[in-house]
Amino acid sequence: MKAVIELNEIKRDFLVGDEVVHALRGVSFTINEGEFVTIMGASGSGKSTLLNILGCLDTPSEGVYLLDGNPVKKMSNNERAVLRNRKIGFIFQNYNLLPKTTALENVELPLMYNPDVSASERKKRAMVALESVGLKDRMMHTSNQMSGGQMQRVAIARALVNDSAVILADEATGNLDSRTSYEILALLQDLHRKGRTIIFVTHNPDFYDYCDRNIILRDGKVVEDNRNKVIKDARETLKTLPEED
Amino acid sequence: MNIINLIKIAFKALTTNTMRAFLTMLGIIIGVASVITMLAIGQGSKKSIQSQISEMGSNMIMINPGADMRGGVRMDPSSMQTLKLDDYYDIRDEAMYVSFVSPNVSSNGQFIFGSNNYPGSINGVGPEYLDIRQLKVESGEIFSDEQIQTSAKVCVIGQTIVDNLFTNDEDPIGQVIRFNKIPFTVIGVLEAKGYNSMGMDQDEVVLAPYTTVMKRLLAITYLQGIYCSALTEDMTDQATEEITEILRTNHKLLDSDDDDFTVRSQQELSTMMSSTTDLMTILLACIAGISLVVGGIGIMNIMYVSVTERTREIGLRMSVGARSIDILSQFLIEAIIISVTGGIIGILIGVLATYLVKLIASWPVYIQTWSVILSFAVCTITGIFFGWYPARKAANLDPIDAIRYE
Repeated sequence: MKAVIELNEIKRDFLVGDEVVHALRGVSFTINEGEFVTIMGASGSGKSTLLNILGCLDTPSEGVYLLDGNPVKKMSNNERAVLRNRKIGFIFQNYNLLPKTTALENVELPLMYNPDVSASERKKRAMVALESVGLKDRMMHTSNQMSGGQMQRVAIARALVNDSAVILADEATGNLDSRTSYEILALLQDLHRKGRTIIFVTHNPDFYDYCDRNIILRDGKVVEDNRNKVIKDARETLKTLPEED
Repeated sequence: MNIINLIKIAFKALTTNTMRAFLTMLGIIIGVASVITMLAIGQGSKKSIQSQISEMGSNMIMINPGADMRGGVRMDPSSMQTLKLDDYYDIRDEAMYVSFVSPNVSSNGQFIFGSNNYPGSINGVGPEYLDIRQLKVESGEIFSDEQIQTSAKVCVIGQTIVDNLFTNDEDPIGQVIRFNKIPFTVIGVLEAKGYNSMGMDQDEVVLAPYTTVMKRLLAITYLQGIYCSALTEDMTDQATEEITEILRTNHKLLDSDDDDFTVRSQQELSTMMSSTTDLMTILLACIAGISLVVGGIGIMNIMYVSVTERTREIGLRMSVGARSIDILSQFLIEAIIISVTGGIIGILIGVLATYLVKLIASWPVYIQTWSVILSFAVCTITGIFFGWYPARKAANLDPIDAIRYE
């Protein structure tokens, strides 16, 4: 198994006033290609800080982070931007789609910042990504013409389009009702089955059983790292939920 | 980063918020349009002031025989005989800075027509005298070269002479008036000019060929004066020097000799004119500068607000791989598109407004190419200059803070 993410004794300190806050106090784990991992923890457990570091938005104060074999610590802002562009797909709680912009253009966005991708290839790949999240006939809809679930699907397509090594979902279902949440979860499970590596940050313990691995943080440390024997299928759960009108 | 993609991104960002883009542009549009209109009105009035002043003869140069000493007695300049017809021919043929030249001889006497008479002087001049003094023939015509060669007894008269001699509303053209017993046929009447600033009646004038006055009236071979006009007011000094050079050579004066003539120009008028037009230019430049700076601040204001408003968008772009330079370029390109488009629209509106002013208020207007180019260039530069700061601010945002900005 190829390791996509290797964390070794990651620490991250913030200076708030005169006081040093230790957000991460030595986090180590390895995530292999094709894993579907949840990272859970209460507020203040260091979840967001860890996610920022995993997403190359932030760098650790100490420790070694290898993303797809590349050490992240020794990099300029621009190099990290390029790494985000090629290796990481973000999914946010509030979708973060560009307003008044079509689904297709939103999905094309990461490729716009990649000079190696031509305009025609960009469009083709964006259409494939949108098809894979089931939005084939909504490509020309703008973000304000879509429901929350549809917008999150667009965001997922955007995270897929650059063939990223890892998809980072930050509370991806936090703004959605439970039925739509399970639909999104089912979509992520589909992607996982196709071999995608997904890290799902959430504080909802209901999603625990749908992934193959759970990492639980508390006070900036990993307190649990379990592999699930039995993985629930979100589609099955969907059938048990009451239909909405 | 692909520049074409960046332009696409910037263009897309502008078209998704057309109202904001338009409002930003408005500052530049008004700036450029007002600068062009102002300058056109300014240049128009400058031109009309210029032509009014030059109508007063600001480029006129007068050459008189110089004061001479005869045995220690300074002689009256008008009795000097140093200016010859050859001097007139040489100035006419050789001086480059002189556009018109005319000899001048005059004789005093009484004009008689029928039972009316009027005192005055007859001026012997060449046809270019009209251009030098800004006179126009209202009816009839000025004497021809042939009439000059043959010393024809013809004259062109001013309005005051017409009023005093032709009291029965006769047509003066073709009538014969007598001056000191010599009959002159009236071949033209000058347009009325009124009094000049010195209180002299400019219509009390009778013009005849200089040959006629020299041979038939005065029996002299010298000139009492020569009138010239420089090509433009600015060239008066060069023309004066040139004339002095020609006359000194003609009169075979040694370096140690004083001039035996005097060359005078309307220095006062040209100084007044240049100070008036300079003041006008400075005033217009100030107004133009203020308009453009206001337009530039408009761009900065809206761009700055737009950076705050679009913080999340910037954060998202950074998280999907936009580098600082990409964000900076996007905002700069947006500023450039806004300023250039605004500039072009501004030029169109400015030109239109100028013609409206001309049409409705019938003010003199004059659009100069440099004023269009200048205002366009300045607006683009201010747009980019004032777009730089907000763009810099956007590029320096921390993606972590930006993406979660509420």
